[in-house]
Amino acid sequence: MKHMISIADLSREEAIAVLATAEHMAQTQSRSIRKLPTLVGTTVVNLFFEDSTRTRISFEAAAKRLSADVINFSAKGSSVSKGESLKDTALTLQAMGADAVVVRSGSSGAAHLLAHAGWIDQPIVNAGDGAHEHPTQALLDTFTLRRHLRPGEPEAGLDGAHVVIVGDVLHSRVARSNVLLLTLLGARVTLVAPPALVPVGASAWPCEITYDLDEALGQGPDAVMMLRVQRERMVGGGFFPTAGEYSRRYGLSTARAAALPEHTRVMHPGPMNRGFEIAGDVADGPRSVIVEQVSSGVFVRMAVLYHLLATDSREDAR
Amino acid sequence: MTTAPTLLLRGGLLYGETAADLLLEGGEIAAVGTDLEAPAGAEVIDVDGCVVLPGLVDLHTHLREPGGEEAETVETGTRAAARGGYTAVHAMANTTPTADTAGVVEQIARAGESAGWCTVRPVGAVTVGLAGERLAELDAMASSRARVRVFSDDGKCVHDPVLMRRALEYVKSFDGVIAQHAQDPRLTEGAQMHEGEVSAQLGLAGWPAVAEESVIARDVLLAHHVGSRLHVCHLSTAGSVDIIRWAKQRGIAVTAEVTPHHLLLTDESVRGFDARYKVNPPLRTQADVEAVREGLADGTIDIVATDHAPHPADAKDREWDQAAMGMTGLETALSIVQSTMVDREALSWRDVARVMSETPARIGRDEDQGRPLEAGSPANVLVWDPRPTTVVDPAVHASRSMNSPFTGRELPGRNRLTVHRGRVTVRDGALVEG
Ligand SMILES: [Zn+2]
Repeated sequence: MKHMISIADLSREEAIAVLATAEHMAQTQSRSIRKLPTLVGTTVVNLFFEDSTRTRISFEAAAKRLSADVINFSAKGSSVSKGESLKDTALTLQAMGADAVVVRSGSSGAAHLLAHAGWIDQPIVNAGDGAHEHPTQALLDTFTLRRHLRPGEPEAGLDGAHVVIVGDVLHSRVARSNVLLLTLLGARVTLVAPPALVPVGASAWPCEITYDLDEALGQGPDAVMMLRVQRERMVGGGFFPTAGEYSRRYGLSTARAAALPEHTRVMHPGPMNRGFEIAGDVADGPRSVIVEQVSSGVFVRMAVLYHLLATDSREDAR
Repeated sequence: MTTAPTLLLRGGLLYGETAADLLLEGGEIAAVGTDLEAPAGAEVIDVDGCVVLPGLVDLHTHLREPGGEEAETVETGTRAAARGGYTAVHAMANTTPTADTAGVVEQIARAGESAGWCTVRPVGAVTVGLAGERLAELDAMASSRARVRVFSDDGKCVHDPVLMRRALEYVKSFDGVIAQHAQDPRLTEGAQMHEGEVSAQLGLAGWPAVAEESVIARDVLLAHHVGSRLHVCHLSTAGSVDIIRWAKQRGIAVTAEVTPHHLLLTDESVRGFDARYKVNPPLRTQADVEAVREGLADGTIDIVATDHAPHPADAKDREWDQAAMGMTGLETALSIVQSTMVDREALSWRDVARVMSETPARIGRDEDQGRPLEAGSPANVLVWDPRPTTVVDPAVHASRSMNSPFTGRELPGRNRLTVHRGRVTVRDGALVEG
């Protein structure tokens, strides 16, 4: 593994290896001294063209717990917002001696471009690119889910599990990465969305697609993953008439959650629109693993940085 | 200008068919026949096995001047045209300032004349500033020294149906044609690539086929209603081919063009997020590629036009959604047509003469272009050797820009000779300074 750009680049073995490393990282984090010396002397740059404090902090914590130095390079107030191109920024980071670049961008393909355009040689981690992919989010979702569905099995996949993903699939990089990773690990995925929020062409994806949330929930899935409705991306408008109508048909209400089997877990990548796509008491309720997803994020990102940067890991890979 | 030399082209295959000699003298084709006697002082060039065609005519070229000189100028763009085998290009109006007045179109025509590489026919804007709000002074451009006959807001669509109707009606009085860039602006807000399986995976905003097809359908009906001729730029979808076929069956005076890149490339190319593949209209699916090839072969699509759209490197070295749309094409067009159509026996070389020279000249009302290879025609001639292959390298192209989507591809055919008004502009692929 040279980069972490897209789940589509991963084999099942590679995905399992990252998840197993993340389990290992999680164990080290329960000790009193949590900082590992693994990446002493390396510099990880967080290059964020899009505001996302939670993702940036998660990557920063992951890098620091592996003893890497972290430089945050964010769009606001930097040359990036003054029209400097991705290319110039990449050349700068290369010259500065960054050892890895974690990039978040509103442009689909930005991470791929950084990895392959020849501007910079270092490993690139995709922290979300447009509506394309968010591979570490999918890894942390899978990691969280696996802990509940396959406890104590760090080498297991999710074979036979059923996951329902609900909401704004069209604008969601989280949905795209999760469909790929969950199915790679053997899970069955059902997407639920109003028709205008299902991408034209999604029928080729390895999952079922339905417009009926209650029908999907009636199948008794092992997990329900609610997506954030990205109203800020809805140029052209008219994807659904009102928030109320959306909420009634596609929101995870208290009543809908109560009808789910006891073992069903509720997930959300955050930040949540409480009371819109998910009821507040469901988000905070006993079947919710939303807070746990946040802590999983740090372990998974430690694992990804370890696989891309640690000398012993790279030698293992050879 | 120096007087045209006397040239005897020996043994070329006229229209790729029968071998004959061609004597060029005084800027005209003086004689066609076998075993022609070389007059005193004539240069004899052996073109045995090469295809002889009337010089190519491009109805859709972006020369970028005035205003976009970092991408291309009339000088560099017409050099590129000559290398591609063209003896005339129609320069699109989306310059800065817009080519929407007699003054600007005359300036462009004059620049073409003084460059001397090929005939430059300016296209006039349909609406002032391409803003789609009110008609530009079309008659003034038509009666200017540039004698504009093709009008287009290319890059933008004349989407207001009333304005489109009025434009179609208005140009009838001077035998003009509206060349429509068919793209519904509302259906393509923020659109980045063809809407389908690939856009769904890549998370790029979709550019639906219907945004093109709905405008073409409306326009052929408008053209029929007011009895005007309509030209459809760069159609790219199977549905568009069907609509044009339907319109022609009803006798509607519509002509249509396809670009070389839409004859070859598909949206699969977008997977690497390399913005050289970003173009308007977008690359479509393999089924669309098959349909436009079929439409070109059966005459539904009248012509191949390049939509040569040069851009400086930093307009392309960017994230996909921030990169400029467009591809260079003048210097690769005939190779692409040879490989996608002629080598697959979907078009003959005589058909190539029709779709890349005669018909575009007729649509653009270029009297001196696309004329038969016979005595008395102007000496606008291309000699093309279909046998060698070349690996595309934009660094050796005459265009100022490097944004060729064919970079690194091995393509068939080589320009042996371009003759513009009797002057050799290109010999064995190299420009010949005048
Ligand atoms: Zn156009």
